Amino acid sequence: MLRTYQYPEFPYSRSPDQDATLPVHHPVLIVGGGMVGLTMALDLRLKGIPAIVLEQGETVSDGSRSICQAKRTLEIWDRQGAATPMIGKGITWNIGRVRNRDQVLYSFDLLPEEGHKIPAFVNLQQYWVEEYLIDRLTQVGGEIRWQNKVTGITPAKDSVTIEVDTPEGPYALTCDYLIAADGARSQMRRELDLPFKGQVFNDKFLITDIEMKADFPSERWFWFDPEFNPGQSALLHRQADNVWRLDFQVGADADNEEEMKHENVIPRVKAMLGEQTPFELEWISVYTFQCRRLEQFRHGRVFFIGDAAHQVSPFGARGGNGGVQDADNLGWKLDLVLQGKAPDSLLDSYDEERIFASDENILNSTRSTDFLTPKTPVSRSFRDAVLSLAEECVFARPLVNSGRLSMPATLHNSTLNTLDEETFEGLMMPGAPAADAPIRFDGRAGWLLDHLGAGFKGLIFGAQGSVPARLDADGLSIDILTVGETGLQDVKGWITNRYDGQPGTFYLFRPDQHVVGRWRQFDEEKVLSALRRAVGKV
Amino acid sequence: MTESLELDSRIEQPDDFYEELIRLHDGLTEEQSRDVNTRLILILSNHIGDKNVLSEAFHLARKGV
Repeated sequence: MLRTYQYPEFPYSRSPDQDATLPVHHPVLIVGGGMVGLTMALDLRLKGIPAIVLEQGETVSDGSRSICQAKRTLEIWDRQGAATPMIGKGITWNIGRVRNRDQVLYSFDLLPEEGHKIPAFVNLQQYWVEEYLIDRLTQVGGEIRWQNKVTGITPAKDSVTIEVDTPEGPYALTCDYLIAADGARSQMRRELDLPFKGQVFNDKFLITDIEMKADFPSERWFWFDPEFNPGQSALLHRQADNVWRLDFQVGADADNEEEMKHENVIPRVKAMLGEQTPFELEWISVYTFQCRRLEQFRHGRVFFIGDAAHQVSPFGARGGNGGVQDADNLGWKLDLVLQGKAPDSLLDSYDEERIFASDENILNSTRSTDFLTPKTPVSRSFRDAVLSLAEECVFARPLVNSGRLSMPATLHNSTLNTLDEETFEGLMMPGAPAADAPIRFDGRAGWLLDHLGAGFKGLIFGAQGSVPARLDADGLSIDILTVGETGLQDVKGWITNRYDGQPGTFYLFRPDQHVVGRWRQFDEEKVLSALRRAVGKV
Repeated sequence: MTESLELDSRIEQPDDFYEELIRLHDGLTEEQSRDVNTRLILILSNHIGDKNVLSEAFHLARKGV
């Protein structure tokens, strides 16, 4: 029971599939209805694929867990029509402050430039996120089977068969593709006996959520070696409903049971916030963490997404956010393959691209962890030297690592990209997730990403008489948008600036809004060739 | 010509640099690590070359301990 949140109860309900004599077949089944599985279901549902979620529980996330919802994640949910209530409910923040003992070493702004619809981060408890995703999924006709626990999996060449246990007994289902979104302790991973390799960290962290009416600003505050937790680190984060996340490093030798006792937690909180600050405890847990991943995320017709595929430390908010981006990467590929518009090999690119992104997340997460919990005396000595220099010396500040917060991967070497033949400035290289910018269209203010939507899109800078509004090839189509007086008006000049959009420049985007390729002049042959490559046909 | 000690950030990929620096000590005893660090100071000092810059750096390093 939480003071500020009432867990919804989703009742078990018998599916007609349980009365069928032979296992009923579905195109896609998703194991696990956490934030990543729900995002996957929503994405597929909106593309017209009736993916069913099988969830062993009967409610949302137990505890606040993933709280920092990053910009790219929110952009994905916004495209799915789910982000507005999350942003309304959550706490928007862009600023982080890092302290060493009692000195503020420096602060950072995660969204230093204007002109984006979505902020750098919104803090919202995972149970709220999941509740809003369930609302949206229900609204668009998606199906979640509660108290359906998948107990067995038999992959075959042409389909996957699974065994499902329910309060009314077991039944079986078959599917073209199974998506395992069943979390860090993935049953599907164990069923297939897949190694989950990486680094285990010994340091323990005490998390407590408290309810408190305080007027601290909505910022991420991080302490190295504060007076209230000497020799260790601490973190303070605001969430919705006046709930605050406090995170105390407690060392490798801490006794979990002891640390979690209220009589021990309350003095810690008081030491951090001051004796006079009234608060109520909402949630307490002690955790350690791992940075590891599966060797492959695709196993034939079975795909692993989210924590089932990879785990990171919480510093950097790269767990939940990385998982949502997995779903975004896989959705359009499954859609095209199920429709027969792309070869099966397109699905291999999920493995390639998300392993690349996962390794980036694991690298960042591991480095933060090594800085926070140095493993050797010499490593600690360098860490402490960096901290002691950082206040006075600018050069030491970029070395202070209290978490490198989640950024979407630019898929630099993806086989789906078409490489530049010309020179471009800026960050919108092939593989990059599209940057947003304000526009005016049809007399109304709007955002570029809303117009990029969820299909293949072209973007041409400057009115070009010879460029068609749409290109069709092999059952695929590219809708072409114009940046200029007759189309998307670049009111602030930021599209042109962010995309180095000299007149005539053409960009091709994938359905997940990553850049496929770009040219200084529109050339239909080149664009269609890039399209074929982007769907795995080359 | 004498320059002054540069305190702005000059390392382009600070996280890459820091990881390599820490990894340099992988598998070494504390004494070996100290020896590596000492050699490193001498190597870098020679690379810097400018005695005034080095004096400033020495002073800054000592001040904070």
